[in-house]
This record gives sequence, structure tokens and C-alpha cells, in this order.
Amino acid sequence: MGDDELIIGHRNSEWTGLGPIMEEDIAFSSMAQDKIGHSWALYRILHEELSGEDPDQFAFMRGEKDFKCCHLTEMPIGSYDFSLMRHFLFDHAETVRYNSLLQSSFLPLQQLARKVRGELKYHTLHADAWIIQLCRAGEESYLKMQTALDNCFQLACGIFEAGPDDKLLANEKVYPGEESLYEQWIENIYPVLVKASLNMPERKEPAFGGRYGKHTAYLQPLLDEMGEVFRLNPEATW
Amino acid sequence: MDPEIPVLNVLELGMITDVIIEDEYLLIKMIPTFAACPAVEVIKTNIRTTLEKDLQVPVKVSVDKDVQWNSNRLTAMAKEKLQNFGIAAPQKHEGEVEIDMMMHTDCPHCGSENTYLRSPFGSTLCRAIHFCKHCGMMFEQFKPLS
Repeated sequence: MGDDELIIGHRNSEWTGLGPIMEEDIAFSSMAQDKIGHSWALYRILHEELSGEDPDQFAFMRGEKDFKCCHLTEMPIGSYDFSLMRHFLFDHAETVRYNSLLQSSFLPLQQLARKVRGELKYHTLHADAWIIQLCRAGEESYLKMQTALDNCFQLACGIFEAGPDDKLLANEKVYPGEESLYEQWIENIYPVLVKASLNMPERKEPAFGGRYGKHTAYLQPLLDEMGEVFRLNPEATW
Repeated sequence: MDPEIPVLNVLELGMITDVIIEDEYLLIKMIPTFAACPAVEVIKTNIRTTLEKDLQVPVKVSVDKDVQWNSNRLTAMAKEKLQNFGIAAPQKHEGEVEIDMMMHTDCPHCGSENTYLRSPFGSTLCRAIHFCKHCGMMFEQFKPLS
């Protein structure tokens, strides 16, 4: 979860200064800040409750093989339609995930979920509004959105790749497991796609591998850039 | 004092959840407004150093994980100070926030209700941007958060 949010947060921050209009530049920057902050909160739980590393070291010093983010988050920002569609698909997936954690047997995640919910709602409201608006803004706009959905969907299915401990976590009621989350996600995005008149692709080749340290060629360059300043002096205090 | 909104203090923002007198120190429990708030460490340090100076006792500040901040925690005084500072106050919510709530936000500069929401995202995590058609000014609003 933390890696997904850190990497997509970093990607979305790449829109800062480049957004198509000022409000969208600010929106993506603000949401990116939220995502990175949420990943920080998750890394802090790892550190404080589960003997994990210091969050800054964990975020900036690992190589790609040790990252567990999904391929969707690694992709470059591309054109705005791709980034918007990624934002829509990912943020709804996140919402489903955090909602499931409201009943988690692991208290720190339950507490975090209660905090994040309200903040995440602004993200999905933003995504929904833009997807619907752009799909109703004429042929060219609609085609771009459908193409973006077709390109993004298999990548987004990769969010729900089951990790090695999926069944154990479900049995211990930490969360309901990836298959259950996937189904809830489809149920949630479907009404928005209907409003936008978009055709939902079939799940044929979900982009798996990320949860097992197998990544796209895009991740390592991202990590090199993201960690560049920190690695100048990993022992410095900020 | 909140570094982003200097007219407000942490009590008015509803960020303090408990004050516990321990044997060796005073414990202050606080909650950040937004989970990703980058000012959390600065605020914690400010609370500690201000209290240690004023009360001459060791002070510890910890983040309270059991309570989650929401915008209803802002005091009436906080809302008044925000308005005077030029930032519109958040609407009271009943547990869920809808964008519709924010559509009708009175201008803190001229008081008009002839305004519209430009973006639910603003210069900091806690702010939305509005435009007043009456006086022609942009203004920010402390966002309602559930």
C-alpha cells in the first residue's frame, strides 16, 4: 500500500507546473501531497508496529527489487487523459481498500483508514467529475477517454495481485483479500462508467508481478530521481 | 500557532485531544488536521517549547491515533478569525462531505453569496479556491473534512 501511494504520488507530482489549466495543476499537486503523506503514515506503522526501517530510509534507499508497487503506478504520466484515467481507477481502488480496513483486526490500519477516508473522498469526487465531464464534451474527448480506459484497465487490474500472504491476512481478518476488493472496485466504478457511457474492458491480462518485486523498466529511473537528493547524504537530518 | 494560518492556535483548530499530567512530565496529545500535513513536526516542537518555557516542566507531545480530526472541531472563534484573515470557514457537516456543500460559500471579503467554487484544491491541503462574482476577488476556504 505504501509503495503504491509513494510511487503514484511521485508520478502525480510530475504534473506540477505542467497541468493543462492552473486548477488541475494545483489539484494533482495537492492530491500527490496527500498520497505521499499517506504512504509516510503507512511506513510509520511499519516502523513503529512491525519492526520496519526508518520511513525516510525505507522510501529512498531501496532498489526496485525490494519495492512492491504495482505496474500501474510506475508508468510515466503520459498525456493528461492517461493520468486522469489512472487517477480514477487507482483512487477508487484505494477507497475500496481503505474502507475494508475500517474493520481490520490490525488496529493501526483501522485508525489510519478512519483518518484517510474523508481526504480520499475529495480525490474520487475530482476523478469522477472529470471523467464524466470529458466523456460528455464531444467525440474527440470521449474517444480519448475510452482509449485511456482501454490502455489503463489491465494495468489497474494489477492493483489486485494477491501477495504471498493474501489468504493468511484474510483469515486473520486484517482485510478481506484481493479478490474481494477487486469485485467491490468493479461495482464502484461501473456506475460512473455508465454515466460517462464508457465501455468497461474485460480483465484479460492483468499486469501482475509488482507485488513480487518484478517491475517495469520505468521504476528504477523513477527511484533514482526520487531519491537523488536524499542519497547525497542519507544521514542528514531535514 | 499553525504555521500556515498564523491567526489560529492549535486549540482553536481542535487539534489537542488530551492533556495528561504524568509523574515526570506533562503529556500533550494532538492530531494533525490532514494526515499528510507537513507541519506536524513543527507544530509538535512549537507546543513543546512554548509549554516548557511557560510552565517550566518537561513536556512530551504525541500524536493521538484514536481520534481523527474533522473540520467540525474548529471552534466558533476559529471560524471568526479565519473570516477576518480572509479565509472562508468550512460548513458544518453531518459526517459526510459532499461537494454541493461547498458550492455556496460566502465571500470573506465582501460577504456576498454570489460566489462559485473554482477548485476543491488550493495552496495547502486544507484549502479550496472560490471566486466572488460580486467583488471580483478570489478567496480560499478551509475545506470541510469528515
